[in-house]
Amino acid sequence: MSFNWFRFSSPQTFYPLAGRLAPFFWIASVALTVAGLYIGFFVAPTDFQQGDSYRIIFIHVPAAWMSMFIYVVMAGWAAMGLIFNTRLSSMMANALAPTGALMTAIALWTGALWGRPTWGTWWVWDARLTSELILLFLYVGFMALHASIDDPRRADKAAAILAIVGVVNVPIIYFSVKWWNTLHQGSSVSLTRAPSMASTMLLGMLVMVFAFWAYSIATALTRVRGIILERERHAAWVAQLGTE
Amino acid sequence: MKPRHKRFALVAGGVAALGIAAALILNAFNSNLVFFYSPTQVAAHEAPAGRSFRIGGMVESGSVQRQDDGVTVKFVVTDTAKSIPVLYEGILPDLFKEGKGVVAEGKLEGDGVFRASQVLAKHDENYMPPEAASAVEKAQKAEQESQRTLVLDKSAGGGAENKQ
Amino acid sequence: MQWGSVGEFIAMGGYGGYVWGAFGVTFVLMAGEVVMVVKGHRDSLRRARLFSKRGDDR
Repeated sequence: MSFNWFRFSSPQTFYPLAGRLAPFFWIASVALTVAGLYIGFFVAPTDFQQGDSYRIIFIHVPAAWMSMFIYVVMAGWAAMGLIFNTRLSSMMANALAPTGALMTAIALWTGALWGRPTWGTWWVWDARLTSELILLFLYVGFMALHASIDDPRRADKAAAILAIVGVVNVPIIYFSVKWWNTLHQGSSVSLTRAPSMASTMLLGMLVMVFAFWAYSIATALTRVRGIILERERHAAWVAQLGTE
Repeated sequence: MKPRHKRFALVAGGVAALGIAAALILNAFNSNLVFFYSPTQVAAHEAPAGRSFRIGGMVESGSVQRQDDGVTVKFVVTDTAKSIPVLYEGILPDLFKEGKGVVAEGKLEGDGVFRASQVLAKHDENYMPPEAASAVEKAQKAEQESQRTLVLDKSAGGGAENKQ
Repeated sequence: MQWGSVGEFIAMGGYGGYVWGAFGVTFVLMAGEVVMVVKGHRDSLRRARLFSKRGDDR
């Protein structure tokens, strides 16, 4: 076959591709956020139990989902870098980590502001909240470990092992509300049954999920371009870029 | 074995080992990760005796009594099988309601009353507008009503058969 | 739409502090990250140019 699937695994070809793709995801994230917030604040009704405090769900759930999803994708790239020894995979993992950490921080912060008026507390050490906090430590640990090793290829390997080990935490977060008694409520949306939300509320939340998804891709693509330039500065093509 | 395959085997082996370790740890910690105990578990002496712990369940309908001092509240936590009376002094969360979930932290005294130092509301994952909620409530009531009349009809029918 | 006035919208049925605290901080954090990644890429490009002119790390 003439098409080379590994063509885009080279930093040289991926750098311009990422530059071309990023604007689409920036635009998509802004458009979806505007639509999602409009539905969330002006179409979705007030909740029968929680009043308007439930509207925090429109950022809490997207951020929490992305925090778990980005971790799995990051660990996947890191594992690919470890197994196939491809530089770009490791760079992608590095580009995703700060965004994943940010999503985790947002999920925890919005959760505290939601928990206070509804549960009566900012924070409890139940299985869901504790495992989400561990996720934040895993992201920070991944970034710190990578930064602490001078040789980038060795740093990639060490950080990849940490990322892969940490994957066990993701199903723990997701299923914690089923496996243990938690203060945190169960999932409103799952694959096995109909969502337990009014349809406009659900629509607003899903639009925000796509907005956060597009945002995460846009930031990761932009960040990976910087990482590529830093780590490939000895390559001829970067030097070429510099003289342009 | 190529170095790539070797690395892959190492990673796969590592992940498998970690998975098993995690499963074992989870199993061991299962009993310690309990955020609250249900009244049934408390009745079965599964809750730690002598120290503070949390109980969780529903606030029994019609059980909330505010004492004359204005700050003390008495209510019953139930999981439909067993129930525990709770005494609490302080501010209740907005979502504390009869028939809804609650988690209380405190100590079980010798008299069987749970003296709570903190009361948290545990809400469910249902979100809907108030009109929909009252419609659901009405529908449930209607269903209960129809079941009751169905039972009555049956017994009436049975009576008629007997007469024949 | 359930809001009778701007004031009602801001009050969020008494939960305004929590709702706007959540949305406000999220917006600031995400906007900050956008500025950081865009600036980060520009800085990297500038450094790459500097590096190619001098031809070494020092």
